[in-house]
Amino acid sequence: MSGTGIGAAVRRKEDQRFITGKGHYTDDVNRPGQAYAYFVRSPHAHAAIKSIDVKAAAVMSGVLAVLTGAELAKDKIGNLICGWMIHSKDGSPMKMAAHPALANGKACHVGDPIAVVIAATPAQARDAAEKVKVDYGVLPAVADPVAAQKPGAPQIHDVAPGNTIYQWSLGDAKAVDAAFKSAKHVTKLDIVNNRLVPNAIEPRAAIGEYDSGTGTFTLWNTTQNPHVARLVIAAFVGMAPEHKLRVIAPDVGGGFGSKIFIYPEEVVALWAAKKVGQPVKWVAERSEAFLADAHGRDHVTHAEMAFDGEGKIVALRAKTVANLGAYMSTFSSSVPTYLYATLLSGQYEIPQIYCEVDAVYTNTVPVDAYRGAGRPEATFVVERLVEVGAREMGQDPAELRRKNFIKQFPHQTPVIMTYDAGDYNASLKKALELADYKGFAKRKRDAARHGKLRGIGFSTYIEACGIAPSQAVGSLGAGVGLWESAEVRVNPTGSVEILTGCHAHGQGHETTFAQLVSERLGIPIDNVAVLHGDTEVVQFGMGTYGSRSGAVGMSALSKALDKVVAKAKKVAAHVLEAAEADIEFKDGKFGVAGTDKSAAWGDVALNAYIAHKFSGQELEPGLKETSFYDPTNFTFPAGCHICEVEVDSETGAAEIVAWTAVDDFGVVVNPMIVEGQVHGGIAQGVGQALCEGAVYDKAGQLVTGSFMDYCMPRADHLPPLKVDMTVTRCPSNPLGIKGCGEAGAIAAPAAVINAITDAIGTENLAMPATPATVWAAIRKSGLPRAA
Amino acid sequence: MAANTPAATATVSLTVNGKPVSAAVDTRTLLVQLLREELRLTGTHVGCDTSQCGACVVHVNGRAIKSCTVLALQLEGADVLTIEGLAAPDGPLHPMQEAFRENHGLQCGYCTPGMIMTAVDLVRRKGHELDDRTIREELEGNICRCTGYHNIVKAIAAGARAMRGTGAASKAAE
Repeated sequence: MSGTGIGAAVRRKEDQRFITGKGHYTDDVNRPGQAYAYFVRSPHAHAAIKSIDVKAAAVMSGVLAVLTGAELAKDKIGNLICGWMIHSKDGSPMKMAAHPALANGKACHVGDPIAVVIAATPAQARDAAEKVKVDYGVLPAVADPVAAQKPGAPQIHDVAPGNTIYQWSLGDAKAVDAAFKSAKHVTKLDIVNNRLVPNAIEPRAAIGEYDSGTGTFTLWNTTQNPHVARLVIAAFVGMAPEHKLRVIAPDVGGGFGSKIFIYPEEVVALWAAKKVGQPVKWVAERSEAFLADAHGRDHVTHAEMAFDGEGKIVALRAKTVANLGAYMSTFSSSVPTYLYATLLSGQYEIPQIYCEVDAVYTNTVPVDAYRGAGRPEATFVVERLVEVGAREMGQDPAELRRKNFIKQFPHQTPVIMTYDAGDYNASLKKALELADYKGFAKRKRDAARHGKLRGIGFSTYIEACGIAPSQAVGSLGAGVGLWESAEVRVNPTGSVEILTGCHAHGQGHETTFAQLVSERLGIPIDNVAVLHGDTEVVQFGMGTYGSRSGAVGMSALSKALDKVVAKAKKVAAHVLEAAEADIEFKDGKFGVAGTDKSAAWGDVALNAYIAHKFSGQELEPGLKETSFYDPTNFTFPAGCHICEVEVDSETGAAEIVAWTAVDDFGVVVNPMIVEGQVHGGIAQGVGQALCEGAVYDKAGQLVTGSFMDYCMPRADHLPPLKVDMTVTRCPSNPLGIKGCGEAGAIAAPAAVINAITDAIGTENLAMPATPATVWAAIRKSGLPRAA
Repeated sequence: MAANTPAATATVSLTVNGKPVSAAVDTRTLLVQLLREELRLTGTHVGCDTSQCGACVVHVNGRAIKSCTVLALQLEGADVLTIEGLAAPDGPLHPMQEAFRENHGLQCGYCTPGMIMTAVDLVRRKGHELDDRTIREELEGNICRCTGYHNIVKAIAAGARAMRGTGAASKAAE
């Protein structure tokens, strides 16, 4: 390992600009002559749009245009789409309703964009938007996914009777029923996985620009995957062909999934830019973002786990209703199906699993992938069932887990996945030691002495990352392949540019990708530039989500580096006047076996470009290689998180007093960055468990629509986090990487709720476990006694 | 405001990062808008519209304030310091900036300028030896969605110690 290679805790190259205020986010971009967009949004959850009167707005100072859905349709701008086909049990395709970028005829959720004002300044656009008069015919609305399926519920889209998008299942129902009949113990839980608002601190933004001289559009956009945005806006929305549309994602201030999707506002910014002949900029206000960014989670589940007489799990079954909101967002259909039910085996050898999922429309903001995407929901189901099962059967929860762990790999689960490698006992064992599990009883007694109820909770989670083998996801309904590309451009002086189709929005790719180059080429990371986020620079790529950039993106880079080294060896053979087979490359130097002849990396790079030594021969000048890498399997990061809480039974306040995480991410490129990803994931998972929750009232109004109303973790919600790792190499990619971005968010909610329920002695506790919720749960179950 | 009436404008003069600045602004312009849109100092960010997130924290007359919560016109004659002015251009970084890098106290970088400006003010108010609890409580007005705060807390403790003797804490107040 070189000092900046794989495994080194290198400080991040990108930090210089962020700590000095020189970051370059979409809202920092200003185009010459730009105008500003402000959206008129529906104040009603469900309403017919009878008429829109734009006359008063159109004559306001600075107004350039007021555009509506009717004009969008007239200009033949296509609808937004969901790109993952799911079929129901009966074989019928999912019921995807039309999703125009501006509602046409009907508004389906509060915040549905109805019209847009384009004006010279943001304030003028906003002032004029207030003058747009929309005559609404208010319709009955439904926000609750279970209520949406009931007879007589308001019907949101004609294509989806009963608001049902699909009724999907996975597994062998009959075999599961038989296993349950033979079981000695059955644990049953009703679970609501609360709706979350991702809330990256950078609000979404877009600038559309149209060059009438070339007929070319440019979109600056807060996106996690610029190429997929271009593909969808070109091929489905029909704005322009791909070669006439450039998408640029500059620095992006957090995504967590919410910036994967193709949104109405970016389509409108492009369309409006052409209509008014000026660049059009839109920046979301935070309260607007609550109504316009895809939300996450929102599952209602009944789940049961069956055990035999020794506590071995014999079967699991779950029935889930998943709320997808008013329209199907880009990848929404995959989240409660192939990213959820396929993980219901957890870390356990479960012979039979059956899961049914109904996805439904409601009059709420669309729901799509949010950090973990389906896997946190699955983990919460499995880890709550195991913990509660242990308590019901009087077994130690750590021991019950150990007893049921998968120990042989590869392991085929009954729900599609083939786990390739892992050592679940190793991470559990290490976590138990670090958390001083043996000392917990004493800590509980000590807490009781100062009037607190102390509890401990486990979460031994699994996730499927490295998304994903193209053939596999294609067979499951994905409309795209999920390989990744990398290009390595060696300059004549030996410095290197790498181009990746991944996109960083906090993950530190400019450092970690450079570390791989440094390791392989023996050059300092400062001699490596990582270019991403611009469709005109990078040919194609699938973006960053699902903890895929290390496992898939860096594997592509690794293969491209292999090709670069192979070609550089050919050049070196000419430089060193030796046979190619005798050329060795080590620590940035080319040598000839058995001699002391050598050539430095920079010499060979220069010779590749001046070509004096091989002019006119078969070897081509230049040193630039590309690779497209398609993984052979998902990766399966796993680990053990242990949470300890102290609950004040008088107020219901639950304080997290200790957190231990031991994760197995395979090979770790930069432990400092990986630990940071774990910290952040835990905080979002703790947020879901303790304070976050999007609440709709009966009329479909979002009552948690601002940072004043929607509680996210502050620094004092969390203790210092104890984070450690175990390593089993991932056999499914050349670097042995599994991925780390979502682990914390997947593991944490179950650990927290298991800890609080342990403390208060009742399992009937909903997320978020706010003081009021915990207090009510304690009162309902009768006052627990401390210790 | 009636249709077609131009917005009222007024002129404000203040000092930003040591330089005198004068701008004619719409009277409803917030300080953060003046900084970002008029002066193109885009290191100060906007993350919310209810003064919770702290991405917009700058120093006014030596004290940290949320620049989304004050009108530009209220700052006639004020001395404003933004993230861009914390260290001299081409000079060494401020110790708190360096501590954020060294301790991986940032990921996407969006909340970072506000965090750093809050942290520098925290040292001014509470000194150079800051315990975990104090830092966490003092960060009530700054939200980070990426880091889980763990490394931000470490960075602020380290930055506070590194600021001892450098005079960096009192720079903005002078």
